[in-house]
Amino acid sequence: MSEAPRYYVPHTSKWPIIGSSSLFVAAFGTASFIQGDNDWVFYTGLGLLVFMMFGWFRDVVAESVNGMMSGLMDVSYRQSMAWFIVSEVFFFGAFFGALFYARVVSVPWLAGSSNNLLTHTILHPNFADTWPLFMTPGGTETEAMGAWGLPFINTLILVTSSVTVTFAHWALKKSERIVAGAWLALTVGLGTAFLILQVVEYMHAFSELGLSLGSGIYGSTFFLLTGFHGFHVTMGTIMLAVMLLRIFSGHFTKDHHFAFEATSWYWHFVDVVWLFLFTFVYWF
Amino acid sequence: MVAHAEHIPHRSGLAAFIARWTLTTNHKEIGSLYLWFAFTMFFVGGAFAMGIRLELFMPGIQLVDPSFYNQLVTMHGLIMVFGAVMPAFVGLANWQIPLMIGAPDMALPRLNNFSFWILPFAFTMLLSSFFMEGGAPNFGWTFYAPLSTTYGPDSTDFFIFGVHMMGISSVLGSINVMVTIFNLRTPGMKLMEMPLFVWTWLITAFLLITAMPVLAGVVTMMLTDRHFGTSFFSADGGGDPLIFQHVFWFFGHPEVYIMILPGFGIASQIIPTFARKRLFGYNSMVYATVSIAFLSYIVWGHHMFAVGMPLWVEMTFMICTMLIAVPTGVKVFNWTATMWRGAMTFETPMLFAIAFVILFTIGGFSGLMLAIVPADFQYHDTYFVVAHFHYVLYPGAIFGTMAAVYYWLPKWSGHMYDERLGKIHFWTAVIAVNLTFFPMHFSGLAGMPRRIVDYSLQFADFNMVSSIGAGLLGLTQLFFLYIVIKTIRGGEPATDKVWESAEGLEWTIPSPAPLHTFETPPAWPIANVGEHQEDSV
Repeated sequence: MSEAPRYYVPHTSKWPIIGSSSLFVAAFGTASFIQGDNDWVFYTGLGLLVFMMFGWFRDVVAESVNGMMSGLMDVSYRQSMAWFIVSEVFFFGAFFGALFYARVVSVPWLAGSSNNLLTHTILHPNFADTWPLFMTPGGTETEAMGAWGLPFINTLILVTSSVTVTFAHWALKKSERIVAGAWLALTVGLGTAFLILQVVEYMHAFSELGLSLGSGIYGSTFFLLTGFHGFHVTMGTIMLAVMLLRIFSGHFTKDHHFAFEATSWYWHFVDVVWLFLFTFVYWF
Repeated sequence: MVAHAEHIPHRSGLAAFIARWTLTTNHKEIGSLYLWFAFTMFFVGGAFAMGIRLELFMPGIQLVDPSFYNQLVTMHGLIMVFGAVMPAFVGLANWQIPLMIGAPDMALPRLNNFSFWILPFAFTMLLSSFFMEGGAPNFGWTFYAPLSTTYGPDSTDFFIFGVHMMGISSVLGSINVMVTIFNLRTPGMKLMEMPLFVWTWLITAFLLITAMPVLAGVVTMMLTDRHFGTSFFSADGGGDPLIFQHVFWFFGHPEVYIMILPGFGIASQIIPTFARKRLFGYNSMVYATVSIAFLSYIVWGHHMFAVGMPLWVEMTFMICTMLIAVPTGVKVFNWTATMWRGAMTFETPMLFAIAFVILFTIGGFSGLMLAIVPADFQYHDTYFVVAHFHYVLYPGAIFGTMAAVYYWLPKWSGHMYDERLGKIHFWTAVIAVNLTFFPMHFSGLAGMPRRIVDYSLQFADFNMVSSIGAGLLGLTQLFFLYIVIKTIRGGEPATDKVWESAEGLEWTIPSPAPLHTFETPPAWPIANVGEHQEDSV
């Protein structure tokens, strides 16, 4: 082939089939684990998944470093990352949907609004429509998580980290590798700080507020939303850390650093989700 | 030119076979994998349907105990929706989209392999639940809480993770389709010049990317309600079982269109070819598809009219639902107008496409009846609903897929199918479909509830007819399998163009299509599709 490739089509790859089989092991292991069977299948699957991602990404990085990515390929990666983030938005949308439904419909209905007066009077006459839901119809009590303590500090941390990751990007575009690395290291630090503070917040919720997954719909939406967000921050922090290593390995040039950009898109997405969480889970 | 990493390992026999199909990144091979997988699942789901119809052949409980009957109904639905119809369409997309837009392959070939190979594992997990203690999921394919939370069998957890895997597969597959269409069209091909099959798949991919994560969300809530003490679907904790239904159907209604839009695209490819006329109203077809997709997000409540929503909510959902008839009507009108005064011939793909238009329209009309809130109070949860959605899915999605297979199989395999056998398949299938599902309208209107193992004596005749039809329908599809295998193994060689007045890039390459095509982007416009849609009126 004398001409430069228009589009790189990898011939075969063993990583996808390793990925799908390890996903099966991990999923089967999780289901058994949850049902109280032993946990080693789950950990095996998880380990295999990490191994697969490491191998697959290593191949792609090698292709990128060897200049096999045409401009068209770059566009494919960009678009697919964007659509992936769209799908993530809808995943969080499901939980926000549950939150809004509970706040606007199910809790008021249980307290007798709309045409539910009889249900209220007969089934749980002492139930009051409040949000956060301090007492469920079944009588489980909890205290609410305040917005202006740790959650607010965490908001500041995450917003700052979105700024620092952008500074890192600007430095990268000017080929200032050391500066970019410094800003990115700061971003990783902020991500880690966020996660540590969230652990502190959860411990506070469990031990002092009596707020847990079992404290009714308030606890359910609180922990699932913040939990999945925290999981995404964890993933994002790991991705940022990998980018930091790649900056120091000299993988990126000022025009060619899509992996970094994809990670920063992801990071901004996680940040925006948090702003919605802060507004609707903590504040109002 | 396309670069290939040319180091094919030397293997032989079984090892080579396994290596070829598990490691492939080729869109044609992966397309075939998807289609064969869907075909297999179609027979598995079909076997469950046979079990259901055998049990319902006569009133009383003959063959299976009620609990196993519920498992059959649940698995029939899940397998057909997620295992047969969706993978079949993805298989067609894999084969056809790169050929129709002049792309060298799908945009992300390794991801393509990953998307496919997740499916056999996901369905292994789902089907293994039959052998678990407490049996397979038994709460219907819609898995409403609290049937699936408080009362679900232990295997529900495996079902949940199976659904997660199918969701990952669908989202990654759709991202691939989306990027391929947006990024790899041959230079010069504008969006409004794309074949309609490509357009409908673009919209389908969008629906999948946005709907499947919501499904993942709802099964996650199920999982935490089952095991971690959350109260999403429990009024005791301030939640509501209706949260399940709302979130589920927010996924579920787009899902319905995911299972029909590619069928619309297929009909829009086939009808012009055999009517020997340009497709009537190309632009309006595209706009109608976009409108249907948009409306699919705001009509989910029509599945829940009988659960006690406020009146204004029911009215809103009713009106939005009826609005869908407008773009759908535009499509049916356009297909009919394409055939109007065309030089029509009736080869098997065309027969299936015409049956698609007519029978899908019947399903559409019963959908309109169901959309009327006061009428739905009567029809809800009866066999009328079963008749409705089988009319849109069987003659819609399945006939659409079969039409596509007859239409493109000569291109894929290099052989013409046996026209006489194809026609026999068509006529038996079309008779059997109506014999099976038409009587369900009547038993439903007369009040026969769905998902119940036994029924009252007055429904006996209708059910017997349905069961006879179903048996015939099952045999017909075995015959289809025979035709497909016969065509692949031999037969009259197909020409490159296959059909006299077929248009599009896929007919410019040899038959059978070589493993790698369009490594250099083809010229666009090609002769005879140049003014493809200049005057679409």
